[in-house]
This record gives sequence, C-alpha cells and structure tokens, in this order.
Amino acid sequence: MLRYSIRRLLTMIPTLIAISVIVFVIIQLPPGDYLESHIATMQAQGESIDQKKIAFLREQYGLDQPMWKQYLDWAFGFMQGDLGYSFEYDMPVNDVIGDRMFLTILISVVTIVFTWLIAFPIGIYSATHQYSWGDYGLTFIGFIGLATPNFLLALVMLYFANVYFGTSIGGLMDPRFIDEPMSSEKLFSILEHLWIPVIVIGTSGTAAMIRRLRANLLDELGKQYVTTGKAKGLPPGKLLRKYPLRMALNFFVADIGNLLPSIISGAEVTAVVLSLPTTGPLLIASLQSQDMYLAGSFLMFLAILTVLGMLVSDLLLAVLDPRIRLQGSISK
Amino acid sequence: MNEPIISVRNLRVSFEMATGEIEVLKGVDFDIEKASTIALVGESGSGKSVTAQAIMGILPATARITSGEIIFRDPQSESITEISTLSQDDPALRKIRGGKISIIFQEPMVALSPLHTIGDQISEALFLHQETSRSEGLSRTEAMLDLVGFPNPSRALRTYPFELSGGLRQRAMIAMALVCRPALLIADEPTTALDVTVQAQILNLIRDLQQDLKMALLLITHDLGVVANMAEELVVMYHGKVVESGSAKDLFENPRHPYLSALFKAVPRFGMDKDDRLVPVRPIDQKLGAHFQRKLAIKSQSNALLKVSGLSKRFTIRSGGFLTKAPSSNIQAVDDVSFEIAQGECLGLVGESGCGKTTLSKMLMRALSPDSGRIQYRGPNGPIDILSLEGSDLMAMRKKMQLIFQDPFSSLSPRMTVFDIVREPFVIHNEGDLEAQRDLVQELMQLVGLDPRFLNRYPHSFSGGQRQRISIARALALQPELLICDEPVSALDVSIQAQVLNLLKDLKDELGLTYLFISHNLAVIDYIADRIAVMHRGRIVEIAPRSELFSNPTHPYTQSLLHAVPHPDISRPLDFNTINALGGNDPERWPAVFRFEVGESARWIDLGNQHHVRAHAI
Repeated sequence: MLRYSIRRLLTMIPTLIAISVIVFVIIQLPPGDYLESHIATMQAQGESIDQKKIAFLREQYGLDQPMWKQYLDWAFGFMQGDLGYSFEYDMPVNDVIGDRMFLTILISVVTIVFTWLIAFPIGIYSATHQYSWGDYGLTFIGFIGLATPNFLLALVMLYFANVYFGTSIGGLMDPRFIDEPMSSEKLFSILEHLWIPVIVIGTSGTAAMIRRLRANLLDELGKQYVTTGKAKGLPPGKLLRKYPLRMALNFFVADIGNLLPSIISGAEVTAVVLSLPTTGPLLIASLQSQDMYLAGSFLMFLAILTVLGMLVSDLLLAVLDPRIRLQGSISK
Repeated sequence: MNEPIISVRNLRVSFEMATGEIEVLKGVDFDIEKASTIALVGESGSGKSVTAQAIMGILPATARITSGEIIFRDPQSESITEISTLSQDDPALRKIRGGKISIIFQEPMVALSPLHTIGDQISEALFLHQETSRSEGLSRTEAMLDLVGFPNPSRALRTYPFELSGGLRQRAMIAMALVCRPALLIADEPTTALDVTVQAQILNLIRDLQQDLKMALLLITHDLGVVANMAEELVVMYHGKVVESGSAKDLFENPRHPYLSALFKAVPRFGMDKDDRLVPVRPIDQKLGAHFQRKLAIKSQSNALLKVSGLSKRFTIRSGGFLTKAPSSNIQAVDDVSFEIAQGECLGLVGESGCGKTTLSKMLMRALSPDSGRIQYRGPNGPIDILSLEGSDLMAMRKKMQLIFQDPFSSLSPRMTVFDIVREPFVIHNEGDLEAQRDLVQELMQLVGLDPRFLNRYPHSFSGGQRQRISIARALALQPELLICDEPVSALDVSIQAQVLNLLKDLKDELGLTYLFISHNLAVIDYIADRIAVMHRGRIVEIAPRSELFSNPTHPYTQSLLHAVPHPDISRPLDFNTINALGGNDPERWPAVFRFEVGESARWIDLGNQHHVRAHAI
C-alpha cells in the first residue's frame, strides 16, 4: 500500500510537468502578446504610446526572451509560489486570485457535500425500492433537476431569495463587506448568500449522481454474493450496508477525481449570472485579454486539482477495494 | 422416531412476468431424511434451483409461493417451522437460514464478495447464529478452514477470494456453509464450474464432511455422473414437476419414466463402441442440401491436413506503472506444441481450464501470433505456411478453417437476425448475390436441423442448443475443410449435448470435414474423437488414438483425468484414494520422469501404435 502510494505520487510529477508545458504553449499560440494587444487598443483609442515605456515593460516582464526561457521562469516561479504578474490588473497574480480562490473552494466543497447528502439516501432508496411510487417520484424530480438549465434556476432563486429573505441580489456577500477583512458578520453574510449557488450548481450534479448510484447499486443487488449473504441469514439492512453498498461506493469514490475540477470550471455561466466572486469569470476574462500569467496560473490550478482529485480517488479506491490494493503486487 | 427434516408438499411457485404469471413449480413433493443424501436432477429450467431457493426462503422478488408447504423439523430441538408461510425477512426464518440450512452455489467467484476476506465472510455466519466471542469465533473459523483442506488456515483467514484458485474458493464457500454445523446442506451445482480433478476432490470433501457432521445433503445437479457417486435417493424433475423419485440404485438400474431413461441414453460415457450413438432427448431432423453435397475424398492417414510444430506463446503480465520499471512476469500459455491432423480425422484436445487450449486455437486461426513454431496447412502445391500468409492469401486460407465457440449466447450478435448471421461469411468474402446467398442460407439451416422459417428471428428467441446450431451453420457457410470446435457443448444441458454432438458427428461424415475438437470433458471427447491429445499447462503431455489412450493411459495426468471422471453408473464409483495418489494436475507430485522445466524442449517417447508420451524415460 505504501509502495503503491509513493508510486502514485511520483507519477504525478511528470504528468504535471507535461500539463504545464501544454498550458504554456497553448496560451502562447495566438499571435502577439498582452502588450501588443494593449498597444492596439490604445492606438485605436487615439492615445499615443511611449515606445520607450513599451520596450521597458517588455524587458521587465521578460516578453523579449525566447519562449522556453519564459516558460522556465514561469515554472520555477510557480513552484516557489510566485505566480507572475497580471498585466490586466497591474498587480501580482497572487493578489488577484487570493480571495477568489478561497471562495471558489468554499463553494465547491459545500456543493460536493450537498450533492452527496442529497444523492446518497435517495439513490439507495430508489435502488432498494425499484419501480415503486417513491422510486418513480424521486426519479421524476431528479430528471427535472437534470433538465433545468442552471442559469434559469439561478435567476429564479435570486428572485425568490430577494423577495422572501431580503438577500441582496448577486455576489457571495453583502456589498458592504467586499474588500473588508474577515469578520463574523462577513462570514454570516457569506453563508446567507452561499446556499443559492450551492443549490444551483449542485442540482444537476445531484440528479446525475442519484441516477448513477441507483444503476450501480441495482447492478450489485442482483449479484450472487448478495444472495449468499442473505442465505447466511443476514438481516436486510446489514446485508445492504456490508455488501452491495460497499461495492457501489467504488464508483462514487472514483467520481471524486472528476468532481473537483468540473465544479470549478463548469459553473462559469452560473457564476456570471449570479456575479459570484469566484474564479470562473476571471479565467474567461484573462484568456480573452491574453493576460498570460494569470491565465496560465488558473489553468495550472485546474490541472493540479484534477490530478489531486484523481490521486485522492485512487488512494481511497485502494483502501476500499483489496483487488486494486493487492493485485498490483501479485503476479498471477 | 425418524421424521424427515424437510417435507415439501405440493409446492407451487409462480413468477410474475411482464407477460403474466408463469408457474415454474407445479406441485412438488419430497422429503429429506436426517443425514441422507438426496439428488435433485433435471435439465435447466426444470425448477431445481427454484425449489432450493424456496426451501432457503431466498426466492427472487418476482417469485411467490402460491400453494403447498415446506416444513422444517430441527433435529436438535425437534421444533417445527413452516418455512413456506414466513416472510423472507422474518427473524425465525433468518435463524434457520445459514444456521440450520445452508447453501453452496455453482460459481464460487461470484458467490463470494470480492471486498471482504474469507475469514470475515465465514465467521460472519458464525457470529450471526451463535453466541461466541470474537477470538473463539475466529479460531472456530480457522478450524473449519482446516477441515475443508486449506493448506494454511490462519493465513487463509486474511486472504481475499480473488487470491485463491477455483477449487480453494469452493472450499471456502463450503466452509462458510458448514461453519454453523447445519442440519441440511443444499449444494446447487457445486462442481459444475470446476475442473474434473478438482471436482473429484470437492465431491470427496463434501461426502466426508457430511459423515463427520451428520447432516443431510440436497444435491442439485444435471450431471448424472455426480449423482451416481453421491446420492442415495433421487428426485427427477421435469418442467416443474417431480416425474420420478426413489432410491438411486433402483432408478439407475431401472428408470421407469421416459424422461429419465432418455436422459441416460443421451449422456456420453466411457467405453462406448465406435458405432454406438447417443440418443438425444429431443432428436432433430437435418437434411443435406444440393450445394453442400460435396463429399471430400478422404485421403490416406499419412497425409496431414494441418501440421503444427514447436508452437509456443508466452504472455507477459505487467504490474508496474508507466514510470517504474515493470517487474513483469511471464506465463507460458502454450509451450512447444506439435501435432498433426489428417484429413477426415477428429483430433480431440483435452485439458483443464487455463491449460492453453483456447490460446492454441486462436493461434491456428491467426487471431494471435505465436512466439515461435510453425503451422502448415496442406495446399495444392505443397504445404502452406499459415503464419506467413498476408492479404488475399490469408483471406483465402480463412475460408478453409472455421471456429465454433463455447458460449452460444455471446458468440451471436443480438442485433442481427439469424439470416444476417449465417449470411455474413458470404458478405465478407463477397460470394454470390443476395438471391444465391438466400438459397445457401436456407440450405444451411436445414443442414443443422433448423426450420428456415426462423431466419427472420433474432438469436434471443432460441435456446442454447439451437443457437449453437446457428453457430455451426455460420461456420459451415464457406464450406471449410477444418473446423475448430472450442468446447462446443460445455455450455449446453446434457439433454441438448447429445443432439449437437450427433449433428457434428454426422456433418463430419457427410461433408468430409476435419475437426480439432477442444473440450475438458473426457467422455465427450471419447464419443467424438479419433485421436486424443492431453494438454497440461501449455504442453501436450500425451497423444494417442482414442482406444489406445483409454486402455493404456501412461502419463500420470491422463490417468488422473480418467479416474476423476464420474461415471453415470452406480456400480462404478469414483476411487478417491487412487485419484489422490496419482497427483492430479500438480506436476510436483508426479514421478520424476514426467517432470519438465519450463522451456525444456519436448522429449517424446514412442510407445508404438501412434501412442506418444512426454517423459524422460518410461
């Protein structure tokens, strides 16, 4: 198990290096750089540009260096926690992202927990009461959740939250707390606003998870080892928990790897509609304006989350499933 | 007072289907006496397993006992429980289930949870039914594992099912069923999924344990050989009814019901004469059409149609990731195999699962490439080297050799009609227009005894035997010379086996075909083959004409196989001591002259009479 974990950790390194190269190359692919598009915008607006200043900036940011050197500077900086400089915001990327990253992770984690808390009992109920009225009813609601566009749900929720609870529209906190240091009132305001994006972003994921959990559990319930357990005289609840549910967990755990990045990058539209101060909208903007260090840092964060998610689910799978844990070292 | 422990009276069970209610048990009656062995015999679908499930109270959710009763008398407490009236989750029934009556299933791999250790799964039954401390429970589990023959019981407690061989898994399953010392053990096809030498060990084990524990045994099987060796009493089921019951001795000597006597005539057994024919329970009518009436002239025996020499194939199993240097291990699937098949001959290839039979057949078909060796096929201008064929030459060669698969369910596409399935070879090889193809397909259907009106149906509407005949029709479409039959009857019921075997036998004569017939069942091989090659762990260890092999088996593995086959004859019981002494499939226990290192080249000893054995000396 230890060897497996170490091996698994080591394989992450080349994966991340490869991703960082690809990310950097893709960002550099469009012709020109941030300064060039900046100059073009300025000239279009009839403003004059000091060529000296441009040359200075170019040198300052290393844009006159060959691409491989730029990459190495960025990559080594990244490893030391220096994410580079955002041209658009005229401040270090660390400062641009900082607060947003925290809020994004907060929303994501709460959404994941929300999804699990709702999906798990419903999925189990649906599978164990297949074709009952309860199963049909929950399935129906699930499909509605799956089919409703997120942005529409977001608008509806905003309206009701404002009308009935008096919550300010949009954002993750009351406007007066923005840029304020963290306080208990600010935290309360965040929690007050948090449930809307959590429900909006979580519904479709919940519905999909119910369907998958139901299908997986149904598969397992039909397997013969369940009959064996029953033939041993196990009471139904214990039988369900010990055997088929444990097997169905496998898929659940395997899903964690996909969950982390998809929630961050998949909720952009919702984030724009709800004007959430999360990272999604920032990523889109930075890609549009060729703000390369900001965009690069974002994409790398996504990549790291994906790789980390995969690591977590792989390690958990190895803990849960002896076949994965042991078969690696058994030569059959 | 000797009351039966189980009385089944007029039991009727129905299944709720989308099309309505189907009655699968139509009034079943029988008793199980204390410490007796009773065998429930019948073909698949006759209701054997449903009867067992009803006794255990584990019928599927769609099934329902409509009338009748099942009464259980606990031989210890003399208390009486009416199982048929209790709901499945009733605590009284749960106490009996696993505690007083337990069951073992056919496929130990799927019947055990892959995520829990053997020790956990076995001791669970104990903790459920008996008041024991954890440490005492585990030591009793360990003792049980020892009793069922685990070489290292304390280690076995912590192993997972996938780490064990099929035989050991079934032993674990038996330990699980017996750990509470039940009054009745139900064994639902306990050895059908096992190799014949392992089957003999498991049967022996069940019988010994039954005597030790003084329990009754309800054995469910379709294998009359197993029945003859185990059962004292016989209950024969047919279409949900008990058609005959009585002592095994009487029924074997004097079967009265036509179904049972038909079953006896349908089972291949050792020592049948060359001209003896099996009588299928449901005979088929096949007809030779004009197109296929092309009897190939049978050449002399010396002219080999297919010649295989020094064929080897090794599989490498990688276990490392893409960074670490993989500590790979090798499996020698086929090891230096050589043989010849003469035209018009049927060469039987016998061996246990995993011995390389199927790998060999795939290499002959060019579906896998061997590491070394030659495969030569007789051509008009001298032998053709099959392994070097490419492009159109290979296509032309493919028409001469065809394959019939084991599993008639997965080998036919469920999305194609029978017409499309049988026609496909013509389409692939671009032969004839649709009209001509339709004629040929109809003729092929008659050739395998199927009604050409079935052509528009899909495979799911056919039984296993009918599907296998569709497979045969497809294989015959291009008028091949050589058919490779890979376990063609192993997935079929005994009553259907005879039908397909006879069909294959007739087609061989009528069309002048040559067969390579692969099977693990010696009795089947004996019925159809002219010569037999015995394969063990990738090597052919003995090859001889049929009668020679059976009268004079020389290799210890061949001898083990021959002794381990249960005969459907009550006067020829298995001799467990001899089987054990012969060493079975474990080369370590063979005499030294028969042991070879991996990769050591074959050394054949000619015993005359075309009989060869792999040994250093005799």
